[in-house]
Amino acid sequence: MAYKAKIRVTLRPSILDVQGKAAQHALANLGYTSVESVRIGKYMEVNIEEQSADEAGRVCTEICQKLLSNPVMEDFTFELEPVN
Amino acid sequence: MADVTVGIVVFPGSNCDHDTEYAVASFPGVKPLMLWHNGHDLKGSDAVILPGGFSYGDYLRCGSIARFSPIMREVIEFARKGGPVLGICNGFQVLVESGLLEGALIRNTGKKFICRQSTIKVVNNSTIFTDGYQEGEVLRIPVAHGEGNYFASPETIESLEEHGQVVFRYVDGEGRASEESNFNGSLGNIAGIVNRQGNVLGLMPHPERASEKLLGSEDGRRLFESLFRHVTGV
Repeated sequence: MAYKAKIRVTLRPSILDVQGKAAQHALANLGYTSVESVRIGKYMEVNIEEQSADEAGRVCTEICQKLLSNPVMEDFTFELEPVN
Repeated sequence: MADVTVGIVVFPGSNCDHDTEYAVASFPGVKPLMLWHNGHDLKGSDAVILPGGFSYGDYLRCGSIARFSPIMREVIEFARKGGPVLGICNGFQVLVESGLLEGALIRNTGKKFICRQSTIKVVNNSTIFTDGYQEGEVLRIPVAHGEGNYFASPETIESLEEHGQVVFRYVDGEGRASEESNFNGSLGNIAGIVNRQGNVLGLMPHPERASEKLLGSEDGRRLFESLFRHVTGV
């Protein structure tokens, strides 16, 4: 079975996101003063060929922990969906 | 000094490898040896340097792809056995990504890439990399980085401080670790740390760019000198 993992990697809440802050300031300059904060993360799509959704989820967790995110500064979440 | 071989790892995107080679070669009896990232052999290196640059274009996170280069398996094994490893700038980022050093290097708080002279204080001069300096000595060594903001959990910071693993701090001209001197936002003004065993050092400033008078400062020279002296066991 082929699965598509939609992975989101975000900076941990305790870390100042300077990119997000800059974007927020730009939005305020555009007049969007109601925008209180912006946090910028990464979105990745990964296709995984495995026997079951459980197996694909296990692989996805592993690659997120090993390479796609850095647990010191980032959190990750993902959704899996079957690909036809 | 007796003959010493210093391996300098070259990743795709390294750009301080030749500066480092030049600085290393200026020490009598010390031979730099370029090690390509695809290799599986440190070729008898007595010490290994991970140079500055933008390995793999800083894709994903700085140092994250380089950390899985074939040569890194050998470097990690070498370090675990006590072999001296020095990571400069991007090399420091590779060391934290590889787990040889704790913490992470995140975007500078001011958002800008910072290329300038920095003043750092030698906080711990009892390492093999720094025993040629006086404790508290203030050095002028340039920095050039966009992601040099040292970050770690409060527990990690506490443990680094407790075990004397903070080796360099950003300071002002008077040697004070002030907020203004901490241009990249690093926790505790941290500019460089060593592992608990004392054989792996990472720092953001570039000692190879402060290794002769013509470059405006020679303050980085004694870092290499200390290291090479320990490698030869003199």
